[in-house]
Amino acid sequence: MSAAIEAGPVDLAASAAENRFAQATQLQLTWWRFRRHKLAVISLVVIVLFYGVAIFADFLASTDPHATDARRSFIPPQGIHLFDESGFNPHVYGLKGVRDTRTFKVSYQPDPARKLPVRLFARGYSYSFLGLFETDIHLFGIEGGRPGESMFLLGTDQLGRDLYSRMIVATRVSLTIGLAGVLLSLFLGVLLGGLSGLYGGWVDLVIQRVIEVLRSVPTIPLWMGLAAALPRTWSVTEVYFAITVIISLIGWTDLARVVRGRFLALREEDFVVAAELSGARQGRIIFRHMLPSFASHIIAATTLALPAMIISETSLSFLGLGLRPPAVSWGILLQDAQNIQVLAGAPWLLAAAVPVTLVILAFNFLGDGLRDAADPYG
Amino acid sequence: MVIYLLRRLGLALITCVFISIFTFVIIRLPPGDFVDAYIANLAASGSTISVEQAEAMRHEYGLDRPAFVQYWLWIGRVLDGDFGVSMVWRRPVTEVIGDRLWLTMAVSVAALFLTWILALPIGIYSAMRQYSIGDYIFTTLGFIGLAVPNFLLALILMYLGFRYLGLNVGGLFSAEYAQAPWSLGRAWDLAKHLPLPAAVLALAGTAQLIRIMRANLLDELRKPYVITARAKGLTERRTVLKYPVRAALNPFASSLAYLFPYLVSGSIIVSLVLGLPTVGPLLLQALVAQDMFLAGAIVLLLGVMTVIGTLISDMLLMWIDPRIRLEGR
Repeated sequence: MSAAIEAGPVDLAASAAENRFAQATQLQLTWWRFRRHKLAVISLVVIVLFYGVAIFADFLASTDPHATDARRSFIPPQGIHLFDESGFNPHVYGLKGVRDTRTFKVSYQPDPARKLPVRLFARGYSYSFLGLFETDIHLFGIEGGRPGESMFLLGTDQLGRDLYSRMIVATRVSLTIGLAGVLLSLFLGVLLGGLSGLYGGWVDLVIQRVIEVLRSVPTIPLWMGLAAALPRTWSVTEVYFAITVIISLIGWTDLARVVRGRFLALREEDFVVAAELSGARQGRIIFRHMLPSFASHIIAATTLALPAMIISETSLSFLGLGLRPPAVSWGILLQDAQNIQVLAGAPWLLAAAVPVTLVILAFNFLGDGLRDAADPYG
Repeated sequence: MVIYLLRRLGLALITCVFISIFTFVIIRLPPGDFVDAYIANLAASGSTISVEQAEAMRHEYGLDRPAFVQYWLWIGRVLDGDFGVSMVWRRPVTEVIGDRLWLTMAVSVAALFLTWILALPIGIYSAMRQYSIGDYIFTTLGFIGLAVPNFLLALILMYLGFRYLGLNVGGLFSAEYAQAPWSLGRAWDLAKHLPLPAAVLALAGTAQLIRIMRANLLDELRKPYVITARAKGLTERRTVLKYPVRAALNPFASSLAYLFPYLVSGSIIVSLVLGLPTVGPLLLQALVAQDMFLAGAIVLLLGVMTVIGTLISDMLLMWIDPRIRLEGR
């Protein structure tokens, strides 16, 4: 008797947890499951940060990313010194040109005698903030330098442009082109995959063969051919959209396979048959009954497709067939690092490799986490 | 089995037709036609051509006829082995490409074999010793392999080789063999240079296959028949290699068909970075100079070779997996 009384509260607690589980909406279940995947949660934070950088790119940049100056080409990265004799006073050293007495080459070296103080919310080049208003306030910058003087956290390229600011601004193009490409492939994938899974028969046969054909063709030569055929006279924006279309034209196949697979699996489910028998229209069955139960799968597949899009853009731009200057993307930045002689003298040109790798890793982990979470009952 | 084989062959043929149409579109995409480009090319070198001659050339090449007739004429010439003349090199396209096509395939196939050789044992190890230090190391390496685009990896290797070893790690031949005719020595030289580009290409695919192999084998290892085999006193090695590995091999093998196009694709861009004498650099040059016959021929040949490679890997799969062999019945 006493044993039963003791066991009572424990049972109640267990059933409360069970109730919570049973009453949770699908979104809640997915979120609980997703939270358990630590790496995916960290990746989500990283990706949000990256898109934050893309939105506030001009604010975060310290030097005009398009300003060229032949005299300051290939300046090595400058470190920020936090303290000097007077205490906390973040500063960078000014640069002075030193002529090599044998080769007569001018090289810039830090000049410890001249300190340029680094301040938060400093004034720099003016830009339009999200197209809303003009401003020249940046997160940080130097104060009181000579005209044209600036700081180069990651050094400069051959034309004397600040690599740090260029990398920040490149985030915008590289991350949005992937997103735009994935949206377009999502549209194609859901439409064609859905048709394929829904109707079956010859529609399915044709679409499946098209997918198989597209997957057995090496993609980079195709992309190169298409990208090279873009007229040279097109503006930066036109090329941007053309590249997006080219990338997504071949990238939709994976998404279509996922959608088709889910459609085929769900078509036989009891709740779909029940909806059919109670006379629901086809549109209602698809959007009200089927879509909610595989939306999470599609989101996961989309997330996993994004890194491939980003790599494609980077590769094409790296080859000089993708976006064209003055557009700035990670691929265009890496193009400067193509020549091994240049690279040996200025290894900091490889810096754009870091954000590329980070973003791709983060999207992969996030996609994995979402895929696991997409099936909260599994 | 015969039905399956015929289906595969049919699909391969359709793919080839698709690739050829695509190539034709690429050739015709730039403004102006072949004769315009030819005249511009002649003008650049100082000679001219009369309007009548130009018209005669247009007629001869069928450029005054509808697109599908032109495609038909073009594909007829291609099947005869005539890919046209390269605008930039002023030599027949087949001559310009030379054995670059075979070297492209050599690099891709070497990468494919390397992927198999690495992924299989590492995948088995990772599954058998799940959550061991080795498993973590390989998983981490695998993720990095997935995340670093192969041209970046090539760049970094080039830089490290140049900076710390003082040597140029690119190329497929040593200087003395670069222009030499084929000989045993040249082949050996090629074999010595192949591993690096092959490794660069293979990394991403290997990472993927390790994960697939590990996941599949883990699923198999939990099945009751493995417990039965253990209970009967089979040695661990025999238990694992005899049954679960075989069963886990199937999805592993079927992903190979998609790996080959991916490798050929990657070899183009890796060749550019590493300076390999494959069709990669040639294709880029041709596209930049709008030398469309050369570019078209390369895209077409690469596509067709890839289809053949995929077909071969399908047949291998059929040989490994009896379920596919019996599917057609």
